[in-house]
Amino acid sequence: MQNTQTGVKTPPRTTAGPTELDAASDVKDAVTVAHTATVSRDVRETVGEIRVADPRIRCDNVSVYYGEKRAINDISLDIEKNAVIALIGPSGCGKSTFLRCLNRMNDTIDGCRVTGDIVLDEININSPKIDVVPLRAQVGMVFQKPNPFPKSIWENIAFGPRIHGLAQDKEELDEIVVSSLKRAGLWSEVNDRLDQPGTGLSGGQQQRLCIARTIAVGPEVILMDEPCSALDPIATARIEDLIDELREQYTICIVTHSMQQAARVSQRTAYFHLGDLIEVGDTDQIFTNPRHELTEDYITGRFG
Amino acid sequence: MTHSLEGHTVHRYDGELNNLHLRVLEMGGLVLDQVRHALRALQEKDSNYANTVLEREHEVDELELGIDDDVITMIAKRGPVARDLRVIMSISKAITDLERIGDEAARIAHLAKGMYESERSAPSGHLMRDVIKMAKLALEMLQESLASFDSLNATHAQALVCRENELDLEFQSSLRRLATFLLEDARNVGHAIHIVLLIKSIERIGDHARNIAEYVIYMVRGEDVRHRLGSYCETGETQTSETDINSARKR
Repeated sequence: MQNTQTGVKTPPRTTAGPTELDAASDVKDAVTVAHTATVSRDVRETVGEIRVADPRIRCDNVSVYYGEKRAINDISLDIEKNAVIALIGPSGCGKSTFLRCLNRMNDTIDGCRVTGDIVLDEININSPKIDVVPLRAQVGMVFQKPNPFPKSIWENIAFGPRIHGLAQDKEELDEIVVSSLKRAGLWSEVNDRLDQPGTGLSGGQQQRLCIARTIAVGPEVILMDEPCSALDPIATARIEDLIDELREQYTICIVTHSMQQAARVSQRTAYFHLGDLIEVGDTDQIFTNPRHELTEDYITGRFG
Repeated sequence: MTHSLEGHTVHRYDGELNNLHLRVLEMGGLVLDQVRHALRALQEKDSNYANTVLEREHEVDELELGIDDDVITMIAKRGPVARDLRVIMSISKAITDLERIGDEAARIAHLAKGMYESERSAPSGHLMRDVIKMAKLALEMLQESLASFDSLNATHAQALVCRENELDLEFQSSLRRLATFLLEDARNVGHAIHIVLLIKSIERIGDHARNIAEYVIYMVRGEDVRHRLGSYCETGETQTSETDINSARKR
């Protein structure tokens, strides 16, 4: 009975003093202490499932060169149908470059060369034979800064369908304008001033106008390059809510610097670092239990 | 020791997380001391120890409230994710278990006072033997779980949760012995009830200690092992530790 006292050693009451148990910790323990993600920072191969059962776009070994410089290295990734994938990573990691590959926007940059296969509907859209104009209608894009045309709201949306020949007459065009504005959640705010310039709207409204303009040409995939970085929190929430609704009909790929936004809007998240796709996985997993140390460093704010 | 709580670009974040961790250890130290005092009251038949436990109980409660407040503030301000989120959530849960251990200590203290301050004779040493033996086991478990929490050592925590639950076995056999004892002489029933309450409290302390060790595993490895210890302990941690070692070499 005596040994109840001797057998039980109490650490100091108010401090976290070391105990004899700590002394017994071996090297392996010390390691467990230091890391939770288990894939080392040195590993450059992609961690996680790059393939999905139902891809809308399948990328294989995509690399992008700006002149001699390789901006992204051998990236293979599926963009899942009717889902939102978020591309995150520090500036210069290649996430926007990768996004622009998906509708050939890199073509507009001198000295930029894209290799690898980007397959949409069994067609390699990276082939030089592809006509990029219909491609960009099929794979639409929303940019960081809202960029409405300096024309009326109506004209902003009608422009695309008209040049793509999607409407026979003014009546059909009207229909497209109204339905696009409704789907972009802007109709109730602008229905009484369709003839007024799009540039007169607030930033958040302008961005939704740009989304409506993208939707108007009947895309299947919508690319968004930091669509909320110029918007206030309320406008951002509206766009995020819209993204969630649009996901049912479209496939969405969004580049964002806001990790919280990635966590909120996406189902899958891909983390890029120095031109490599480091980790991809379910957003829930990435933000609670990332596998790669670089991913964890980045999302927990331990970068650099 | 608290390496994995650090390294944020925003240094204040490191400080806040470390501070949170330290406060839990402070609470753990106090709770451990409460349990130790409660058991000493039993062992030495000295209700002064029991009084100390009862006087300090509010300190445990206040620590719980304070830490909870810090947890909420950190979630609001920092938006923790990944490891940081797991640490903060585990802390939030661990302090609930710690507070309950504090409650059990107070319960034991009350029982000790009842037993030794009343007119009736105290239970025989024979009856108390099981209680003391179990108490020792529970204290060891609590101490080990707090040590694994201190060093954020999942290997250590795993060893604790995967070990055969000696305390539980002891609890079951104590109950059997008590039943036999009562059959022999039913006049012992008053003492027997006290003993049952005591060993139940002690058994609860062991359970809470294991919970804390489970949170440590979740914090460090991201594996939620609750309610599936069987399969977790069978498959072992070889996989995790191997990769851990690899990354250590590269560091």
